[in-house]
This record gives sequence, structure tokens and C-alpha cells, in this order.
Amino acid sequence: MKKTTYLPAVAGLALCATGALADTPVLQVMTYDSFVSEWGPGPAIEAAFEAECACDLQFVGTGDGAALLARLQLEGPRTDADIVLGLDTNLTAAARETGLFAPHGVEADLDLPIAWTDSEFLPFDWGYFAFVGNAGADAPASLQALADSDTKIVIQDPRSSTPGLGLLMWVKTAYGDDAPALWQDLSDNIVTVTSGWSEAYGMFLEGEADAVLSYTTSPAYHLIAEEDDSKVAWAFDEGHYMQVEVAGKVAGTDQPELADQFLAFMVSEGFQSVIPTTNWMYPAVTPAGGLPEGFETLVTPARSLLLSPEDAAAKRDAALDEWRTALSQ
Amino acid sequence: MAHSAVPVTARWPSAAAAALVLVLTLGTLGAVAWRAEWGGGLAPADWAAIRFTVIQSLLSALLSVLFAIPVARALARRRFRGRQLLITLLGAPFLLPVIVAVLGLLAIFGRGGLLNDGLVWLGFEPISIFGLHGVVLAHVFFNMPLAVRFILQGWLSIPAERFRLAASLNAPVGRLLEWPMLRAVVPSTFLVIFLICLTSFAVALTMGGGPRATTVELAIYQAVRFDFDLGRAALLACIQFALCVAAAALAWQVTGTDPIGSGLDRVVQRWDRGRPIGDYASIGLAAVFLLFPLVMIALRGVPGFLDMPGSVWAAALRSVTVAIGSATLCILMAVALALRGGAMVSVIGVMPLAASGLVVGTGAFLLVFPFVRPAEVALPVTMLVNATLALPFALRSLAPAVAQVNQDYGRLALSLSVDRWSWVALVILPRVRRPLGFAAGLAAALSMGDLGVIALFAGQAQETLPLAMYRLMGAYRMDAAASAALLLVGLSFALFWICDRWGRANAAV
Repeated sequence: MKKTTYLPAVAGLALCATGALADTPVLQVMTYDSFVSEWGPGPAIEAAFEAECACDLQFVGTGDGAALLARLQLEGPRTDADIVLGLDTNLTAAARETGLFAPHGVEADLDLPIAWTDSEFLPFDWGYFAFVGNAGADAPASLQALADSDTKIVIQDPRSSTPGLGLLMWVKTAYGDDAPALWQDLSDNIVTVTSGWSEAYGMFLEGEADAVLSYTTSPAYHLIAEEDDSKVAWAFDEGHYMQVEVAGKVAGTDQPELADQFLAFMVSEGFQSVIPTTNWMYPAVTPAGGLPEGFETLVTPARSLLLSPEDAAAKRDAALDEWRTALSQ
Repeated sequence: MAHSAVPVTARWPSAAAAALVLVLTLGTLGAVAWRAEWGGGLAPADWAAIRFTVIQSLLSALLSVLFAIPVARALARRRFRGRQLLITLLGAPFLLPVIVAVLGLLAIFGRGGLLNDGLVWLGFEPISIFGLHGVVLAHVFFNMPLAVRFILQGWLSIPAERFRLAASLNAPVGRLLEWPMLRAVVPSTFLVIFLICLTSFAVALTMGGGPRATTVELAIYQAVRFDFDLGRAALLACIQFALCVAAAALAWQVTGTDPIGSGLDRVVQRWDRGRPIGDYASIGLAAVFLLFPLVMIALRGVPGFLDMPGSVWAAALRSVTVAIGSATLCILMAVALALRGGAMVSVIGVMPLAASGLVVGTGAFLLVFPFVRPAEVALPVTMLVNATLALPFALRSLAPAVAQVNQDYGRLALSLSVDRWSWVALVILPRVRRPLGFAAGLAAALSMGDLGVIALFAGQAQETLPLAMYRLMGAYRMDAAASAALLLVGLSFALFWICDRWGRANAAV
């Protein structure tokens, strides 16, 4: 739709205009908002794929990862999407349950810190959740040390934000049955809980807290895009929970070959080299030229934590109850 | 509201407006419920959310109205340079997008804010703004300006003749004129603010400091996004409506009617003003409280203003178009409904306030999806939804004025056999010009700042200014986002100012 609608009120015009593109096959990729924005990976990836596919690649952006899943569930089997891109492993169990996905069929040599065996969802990037603070400030060495300190943090609500859900799983994976106690200890460190990542990160930058839940790769943005080395991610002894972002092929797609071609492209150079400095995550396959300069300064956790999609789905509700109870006191 | 005999106006416009409101509120709720697989009922946490929601809404509405009364009274009694500009500026917080307002408030009341800097400098302990008090503070910041405007309008609608009569009889103005006016105006103002706070979600969560501050709207969010339990979402949305109906019924119970006859639109002269110090103190305090955060937002946005990417300007143009469209539609609907009058219209007039934004968006999506691709109708749907969401404010402003004209001139018009069209065009519209301008400005500005439906529907080519601002934040570009926020506030305010100004063009007050 990019090229067609300029006059906002005239929806009819847009409907007519789409007809003109009908000769070129259209591949529709449903993804989250920040992927398609002009600062995200979307534009560069669209250009690179369209150069080799003789097709029209259309991104449909919607909210964040969780909103993406809800949108897919709302649309159900009638969805126009051929590919869904941007779910993470905390959401893939529910996505699988919709029965809307087909095997991806791609054999790729992935550079992930963990083994990848999922036959329906293929990773395109990944990162570690981490608290990001100011360089020079006292950096706690673990979640427990953070909870015991006076450090003030902002986190996101697991009910409305994917990083928020990531922290919930991080604490649950690292502490198991002791998770409620850790949340209890953390509760006096938490300045507030925001509904989304942007609000929390904005509050941290405005000085409302000493640290914010984000990614180990966040300082790379400040370093590379703003030449500012004042932000650092804290490495924690318990290890860091990972976010692995995946894409899947919609079983009912009317463009199965194009969809396969896109998934193969997704783990190739043209897609992967765009990821680090647009999505600010690690690419699933390291590009031939290596990672951009600046990424070598990032902390690399000693241990990678990740629940399987099924475990994540099974533990989620109980973990949320523990979180709510501990923070509501 | 009095319904003496008045010239009959056509029925279909009000019926069409009412139908649109019903489709977008109950219709969307129905669509969500229809699609739901019904499972269990409400969780214990949902009850806690309902309790918290009601408490914070009551407190917020109560304080907003309590603080607004002296400010409105002072503004009604005093004349000073810049009074008009101040009245318009005081309305600005109501028009702010949530995240912008929160960051503005934190720049004053937050950890590194001016207030705490001052406290520390004076040797006191810094205070934390997060908690129930923070939620209420933010809601008062948002809604007190609205209360001031509504109540001020009440004060200005007391005819000069009554003050003159009271002065010549040396009668107590407060008890005879102001109290009945407040009885008529305050309950509905309270109701509107209560309902706005009832559906609050991001403000309550962020300022509330954690899951203690879970509102019903957040529980709905959780039901849709986290659990994909549309049945529970629909149930919670029903509860939100039930609370709305209960509150509305209560408000109407205690609403008084304004008893005395009409005036001749003379400029009000007051003989009961007393010493000005109290009045100026209330005006000063309100101005400091409401304007300082705005100044901080402006200061934050200025540095990057010229470096904003071009797409932000395109989004701004799109937003202005949508805002003008939805303001026009909103005014047409409000005039149609106000002319019709009656209890049904009062109910229709508050329903959009009780609707959950997420349920409206999701329901509209479900209604539209089988027929067209949602992105293709994103802007028209946004226009419709924004017009409907602004309707309660427009109606709240217009309906009493129209009712007053009916009461004052209806019989005269009937006896002169004034035809329908002349009645509306020559009698009603000129006499309600001030509330009309205010309502149009409010509708346009609210539409500018809205991020409700568009987020669910929009693709790249339908990006509006608030969405562009959020996308900038999502891409770490906080400085550009701050500038986009300033542009958004500036444009909202300009739209509001132009319409409001038009409404007052021939009025001395």
C-alpha cells in the first residue's frame, strides 16, 4: 500500500489503485511496527528482496510481538498474510496452537548460542535481555545483587510488553520456586512499571531511574548512531534470558514458493546484514563481514537462559501471578 | 432539561448519529463477544482491578471538580490582560497524548524534576510521585482544565440581569445564582471526568508504580493481548459500561435545573467581587500547576525541531486532515443530538466515554476485516471513531446551551410559526456559537492526539502524528520523538485555538 494511498479520506481510491499492481505477485509479511518503520530493517530488506524475487514485498506492521499474535488470532485462517515475522519464543507455543503455520523447510547454519530445532519457526535475530544503566554508576553483578541494592529501575508490564514478559521468564528460569522471593526483594527497586518498552526507556533517559530493562545490544545504538558511550548493559551472574525472534510461513498462503524464497532469503546476507544497526539485535546468521564496529564492546553473558516454547507457555500464568502478588504488596 | 414546545426539527440526523454511536460502542463489543470462546468468568485479580479503577476515578473526578470551582469562579469574576489566552492555554493538558503528559509531569514531579530539586536544595527529603497519589495527580492535571471550562461556561451563562437584580436587592449571589448553577453543571462535569478516568490505562499503570494500579482497561488489554480471551475482554467491557450507567444515573439524580428566566446577553457586571487576592491566588496556582509541565515539554522538544525526518511532517498533515474531518462529523452529530434532546440522547452522549479503546478497535477490526483490508480504511475508520469519542464532550458543551435556547425562545418561535430551517440557522446556531466553537476545537484536538484505533489499523502510508511519535520512540530516537510531541501539542492547540476563537468572535467575554 506504500505507493498508493496519499489522500487519506479517499479509501475507494486506494482500492482501485491496488488493482494496478495485480500482475506482480505480492508477498505479504505481517510483522511488528518498529520493523517496518523508516528506521527499522523493513525498507532495506524490501529493496534487497524485491531485487531478486520479481515480486512486490509488502509489510503490514502492527504493535509489538504480542499485538502481532493477537492480530493473527483475530484474522484466523482468512488472513492475507503469507509470512508472520517477529514472534518470540514466549509466543510461539500459542502461535503453533492456531494451526496456521506450515513447516519452514529451511536448512541454515544458525549462529545462535543455543541449538535450534523448531521446524515451523525460523529465527531471524536474537538478543539478551539486560538492565541498561549509565557508565560509571555502581553496576550490580546479579539479579539478587540488584534486588539487594538501592538501585532504582524501570521495567515493563509482562501483560502488555514483550520485554516485560522476557524479564518474567528470566526471573522464573533463574530462580524457579524462589522467584516470588526475588520479586519481593526487587519490589522496592522498581520505580514504576510501564505498558511498553518506549515509555520505560524514555523515563530512564530522562533520569527517572538508574537503569531500565532492555537488551545487551541497546548501548550499541547510542555508541554507533549517537557516538555516545555513556550507556552500558549490566552482565549478571545468573545468566541472561534470551529473546529469539522468529518468522513462520502461513499454511494457507497463496504464494507458497515466494514464501519459501523469502524464508531462505531471511537467513542470507541481504537480510542479516541489515539487522544489527536497524533492529539493534544480533543477526541469526553472522554476516560475512562480521558484526558492525561497536558490537565488540557489548557485554556477552556467560550463560544463556531460554525456556522451550512449551515450557514458557506452561509456566507463564503462574509466573505472572507470582509477579503480581509480590509487586502488589 | 426543560422541554417546552419548540419548533420540530427533522428526526433522521439524530437517529443516524445515535446509530453510529451504538455501532461503535455496543456493536464493536458485540463483535468481540461474538468471536469469543466463552470460558471462565472473572479472575480475583479482575475484581481488584475493578476496585482500584473505581477508587482512583472517584478521587480524580472529585479533586478535579473541587479545584476547578474556585478557578472557574475567579476567571468568571475577574478581568485582566491575557485572561482569554490563559483560559485557552489552561485547556492544553487535556489535549496531550498520554506519554507526552507523563514525561511533562515527571519533569516537574519526578525524581530529577524541578520540585524534588527544590526540596533537596531546601534540605528536605525528595518525594516519590508514583502511587495512587501520582495517578490522581496525573488525572487532575489532565482533567481539571476540562472541569474549569465546563464550570466557567456555567458561570458565564448566568445572565447579567440576574446579577443586576441580585445587586439591587442586596441578595446573596452565591446562594441564589451560583449554587443553582453549580447544581446544574457540576454533576455532569463530575460524571464526564469520572468516566474518562474509568477507562484510563497507561497513565494509571505508569504513575501508579506497578500492578497495584491495574485498571479494568489494562485487564481488558491483558485479556486480548496476553491471554487472547475475548470472552473475558467482552465481560470486562460490559462491566465498564455497567459502571458508566450506574454513575450516570447517580449524576442525573443530583443534577438540578436552572430555574430563573433568560437575559439579554448584556456584559456581566459584578458587585460582589470582594478582595481580589483569593481569586488571583487560585488562578495563579492553577496556572503554575497546569502550565509548567507544558513548558518543560516545549523546552525538551525545541532543540531537535528542525532535524525531524520528513515523514513526521507528512504524518502531521494526515493527522490534521483526520482531525478536521472528525471535528466536522462530531459537530454535526452533536448538533443533531442536542436538537433532539431527551434522556435517550443523554445516554448516547456518555456511552463513548465508557467504551474500552481496545474493544472498540478490536471490534471495528472484526467488523471490517471480512470486507476490506483494514489498512485501506484506517483513516476513515479513525475519523469515525474519533468523532464518536469526542461526542460526549461536544454534547456536554452544546446540549445545555441548546436546551436553554429552546426554553427561552421556543414558545416565541412557535407563536411566530418560524420554520425548521430558520429556527436552527437563525435562532439556535448563533446563540450556541461559543459552545459550538469550543466543542469543535476540542473534537479536533482530541482527534489529533488519539492513538486508539489507528495503531490497530494503520500501515506505513496511514501513519498519523501520534503513531509517528511512538515509532520514533520505539526506534530509540527520543529527541526526535520529543520534537514530534511538541509539534503535536502545537498543532492540537492551534486547531483548538482557531475553533474556540471563532466561537468567541462576537462575544465580549
